[in-house]
Amino acid sequence: MQIYAEMKEQPLPHQQLQQRPTQPAGPLLQALGLSKHFGGTIAVNHVSLTVMPGTIVGLVGPNGAGKTTLFDMLAGVAPPTAGRIVLNGQEQQQRAAHTRPTQGLARTFQIPRPFSTLTLLDNVLLGRQQQRGERLLANLWARRRIAREEGAARERAHELLEFVELAPLAEQPAGVLSGGQRKLLELARVLMANPRIILLDEPAAGVNPHLLEKLIDRIARLNQAGTSFLIIEHNMDLIMQLCRHVLVMATGRLLCEGEAHTVLRDPRVIDAYLGTTTP
Amino acid sequence: MHVLGLIAYVSGFLSTALMLGIACMGLNMQWGKTGLFNVGVAGFMGIGAYTSALLTTPASAGAISSLGLPIVVGCFGAMLVAGLGSLLVGALTLRLRTDYLAITTFGAAVMIQLVLLNATRYTGGALGFAFIPRPFASIADQPTLFAVLTLVLLALIAFGVYSILEQLVHSPWGRVLRAIRDDETAAISLGKNATVYRLQAFGVGGALMGLAGALQAHLIGFIAPDDFQASLTFQIWAMLVIGGSGSNAGALLGSIVVWGIWSLTGIVTGSVFAAEDQARAAALRIVMIGVLLCVVLVRRPRGLLSER
Repeated sequence: MQIYAEMKEQPLPHQQLQQRPTQPAGPLLQALGLSKHFGGTIAVNHVSLTVMPGTIVGLVGPNGAGKTTLFDMLAGVAPPTAGRIVLNGQEQQQRAAHTRPTQGLARTFQIPRPFSTLTLLDNVLLGRQQQRGERLLANLWARRRIAREEGAARERAHELLEFVELAPLAEQPAGVLSGGQRKLLELARVLMANPRIILLDEPAAGVNPHLLEKLIDRIARLNQAGTSFLIIEHNMDLIMQLCRHVLVMATGRLLCEGEAHTVLRDPRVIDAYLGTTTP
Repeated sequence: MHVLGLIAYVSGFLSTALMLGIACMGLNMQWGKTGLFNVGVAGFMGIGAYTSALLTTPASAGAISSLGLPIVVGCFGAMLVAGLGSLLVGALTLRLRTDYLAITTFGAAVMIQLVLLNATRYTGGALGFAFIPRPFASIADQPTLFAVLTLVLLALIAFGVYSILEQLVHSPWGRVLRAIRDDETAAISLGKNATVYRLQAFGVGGALMGLAGALQAHLIGFIAPDDFQASLTFQIWAMLVIGGSGSNAGALLGSIVVWGIWSLTGIVTGSVFAAEDQARAAALRIVMIGVLLCVVLVRRPRGLLSER
């Protein structure tokens, strides 16, 4: 697309650089023995993982390994058959999916899900948490205050659209975007929530190579500003550049985990990806 | 005199159209903005009509109620009860989607109509509810002035409802509704409690249907369970689809167009068919609306005035 041809280094949105509230020293996100059964099919089988504050963790594995199901459980969309999820030291079993973003966890989707009849700007504005104007009755008696908040939110949303190089399309309906642009829109949308951890489901899929470089750069800079990531990805370049710690899943189980370079050379991992080479 | 009669007729016609338009805007909040398939519109209008009738009808010979509260109180009471009623129906059914929600709301409307028919002590049953106060009743002997003042009042109420709804749908709250309509899973992933928003939209829509029902009661001064049958729901739906689902202005325009067809065909069947065939000829009027619906869906699939 035209606008990507002249991509410039965008400054990181200022709010991202601001000091975050002090984080608890413990793990930011923990999954403990998570399992998910669909009838007789075991999609995820007793998987545990830990994301420490300020880190980027990679999650790789062949298609059908259960990575997205694991994400769905972490995001609260799919209730686990067994196991626990702890976010910021809080147990999540009894908490609905919609409470995750206010607790600092946001996610993107493997196949992007923009609100296609809404403008890009509205899409990003929806990421903001605890908006007074989203309360029905407040709109009847706190109009001026809401208008002020909305103005500030718009400014921030524009910054984020610039950050992902989509600002020229701000007033277009999101349905016009290409697959790669939709990925970027989703990123801007979750950033609007100021999350402490973002679950990215295949952020590089469908993104052209030039754009991918920028995407990696954006993630790295957000991470420097304190945001943690858990990333599902098949693109090993992205994994190698961003993740120090990598988990490998295959057929629902955690195959191995560790330092990226070591793990990705592990024969079991190569087997899982390329099929068994030994009889 | 001829002109005055015409003015009175057109005013009465527009008053009814605007009353139905308010119910149609309520449906637009539910279907057009949030994607909730409510096929029980008539039931919620019935709740509103009977609530306001019970609250406002003064004690007199043959009157069922004796509260005699002001009409304004009746209208707000109607909105409250119909709103709460739809919250109750919503809480029970909103986990269902599309066709299942349609079936259950249809069932709810049938139940409401049966209650109105059989709770004779409070509703008058099949004989109907009479002696409901009408606004400007003191000048009822001047039909033209009476009709025009009623129209002005209805227009003010409809405009008020329209303004508040426009403000709501363009607020961040309305944005969340559209997001949920587009992709509920994505909206939840952004921290929006879809169930609560759905319920709110259902409640607001139901309250407006209740208001429309109350206005119907006060326009005519008499209501009966037969006024709130499925054919009324069909009319309101036709108004929304023809006017343009998603647009409040479209809902109002659709109401005037459909009610216009309804009234015109009434005049035509009234003059063409013999008295003994009138009841059967009335079915042709619903056919005409069906034909209009088909024409609009073919020529302008998104209605006369679509969203944005």
